Amino acid sequence: MKALVAVKRVIDYNVKIRVKADKTGVETANVKMSMNPFDEIAVEEALRLREAGTVSEIIAVSLGVAQCQETIRTALAMGADRGVLVETGAELQPLAVAKLLKAVILQEGPEIVIIGKQAIDDDCNQTGQMLSALLGWPQATFASKVKISDGHAEVTREVDGGLETVAIKLPAVITTDLRLNEPRYASLPNIMRAKKKPIVTTTPDALGVDVTPRLVVLKVEEPPKRQGGHKVGSVAELVDKLKTEARVI
Amino acid sequence: MAALVVAEHDNAALKPATLNAVAAAKEIAGQDVDILVAGKDCRAVAEAASAIAGARTVLLADADAYDHGLAENVAPLLVKLAPGYAHLLAPATTSGKNLMPRVAALLDVMQISDISAVVSADTFVRPIYAGNALQTVQSNDLVKVITVRGTAFPPGEATGGSAPIGTVEPTGSAGLSEFVRAELSKSERPELTSARVIISGGRGMQSGDNFHLLEKVADKLGAAVGASRAAVDAGFVPNDYQVGQTGKIVAPELYIAVGISGAIQHLAGMKDSKVIVAINKDEEAPIFQIADYGLVGDLFKILPELDAELERRQ
Repeated sequence: MKALVAVKRVIDYNVKIRVKADKTGVETANVKMSMNPFDEIAVEEALRLREAGTVSEIIAVSLGVAQCQETIRTALAMGADRGVLVETGAELQPLAVAKLLKAVILQEGPEIVIIGKQAIDDDCNQTGQMLSALLGWPQATFASKVKISDGHAEVTREVDGGLETVAIKLPAVITTDLRLNEPRYASLPNIMRAKKKPIVTTTPDALGVDVTPRLVVLKVEEPPKRQGGHKVGSVAELVDKLKTEARVI
Repeated sequence: MAALVVAEHDNAALKPATLNAVAAAKEIAGQDVDILVAGKDCRAVAEAASAIAGARTVLLADADAYDHGLAENVAPLLVKLAPGYAHLLAPATTSGKNLMPRVAALLDVMQISDISAVVSADTFVRPIYAGNALQTVQSNDLVKVITVRGTAFPPGEATGGSAPIGTVEPTGSAGLSEFVRAELSKSERPELTSARVIISGGRGMQSGDNFHLLEKVADKLGAAVGASRAAVDAGFVPNDYQVGQTGKIVAPELYIAVGISGAIQHLAGMKDSKVIVAINKDEEAPIFQIADYGLVGDLFKILPELDAELERRQ
């Protein structure tokens, strides 16, 4: 069966972001961009399913500006077979992303779709759930273990109280949590090889999807700064301050 | 127009996160807040919900299909109820996050994730980039589907109300998914997301066994025990201990971070705590920059001392 992974280009998780002075957003010029870490885990899981003989081909999809090609190339260097770029300069919100992915999925026919549970830029945690709803497929979110056998997936999910396991029919959407796997690094030969792998480019118009944002971002601001940095010299002093100054114990 | 809050529960008890979501709903819809209890044999939860101060009506949907809150089965129920409401809300817990985007997509609307403030009935504030920026968004959709960051809305009163309980015809099973099993952590301690005091351990704890040092202090303080991602990844403690951007968001009166360096992803989960204490041997650790009280030193010496000092002064 085919697997499809969606990979988002985001500001690298190590970068300390800066809010723009005009409050329109976050500074992205001259900032290091990387694949959303949860999507790396999605690519890795697809690779492991291919190595286990469950998956025959892996398609990596990214949506956004032309530079999203680089994110697809990273997935190809990790081992994905080919890429699809849905190119647009428009702001894409999760509902639009889910609709675009649905359109690509209807063309490509994967039986399993794996994507990160959330992107570390907008922290929305929506796309996988929306996509499975639009497709009428089941969803297994926040996966920490995936087992595929005849037309079903048994997925263990990280939930607030611990772990929960669900069985879902394929085709299905799975979203990844942190402990599903540890993504591999792309080796240099694989990075070279990835340059020759095919990437098809399409657009929202060609896919017939209206991507008009439903949420208008009125402003983006810095959160109030926390005043910290005080040190105490001993455990006795700490307990004293917590009792008499902060009055929290 | 009215708001509908999806109650969080385990068929037996109402989870406290529901109260925070109700508080957010009241800011939006005033007196017109209904609560949906979807589950199996969950009448007791509906009764608890009806006691929530300020609830207008409780809707009880009791069916096998809703037993474990599978999103594939519960989402159509919300879609059916949606025409009566301008806002559908759920706590931003793993169940709310699992369910609500599915509902939003079926209604062809954007979800507004993890709101931390209500500006008006269509405008909300939400943290992005691990809380390093706050985004104010206005929704143009007819129905607003929202998940609520519990720490941003003080819980309403759990008692004092007597909302009537109405029953809702179930929508049935979608036949797409099944619950297999749950392995839930058992603890006598308070839940992380509603605890007044939390003590968390990081990589510096060195092993899962060493967490008993934290637990002793936790028991003295009536605290919940949490962990950084590093400690969970290393297998010291289970995943449900994780505090951070992608784990649990907490804001207790007192947060004690032990052997945690303070990666932005961890800070995202706890920096709204009222008082923060950091205990770390590395005085350059970023956690100290946001700590109200920092103590530099070896946690294996400090924790037993802290335990003894709390014992002495109790």
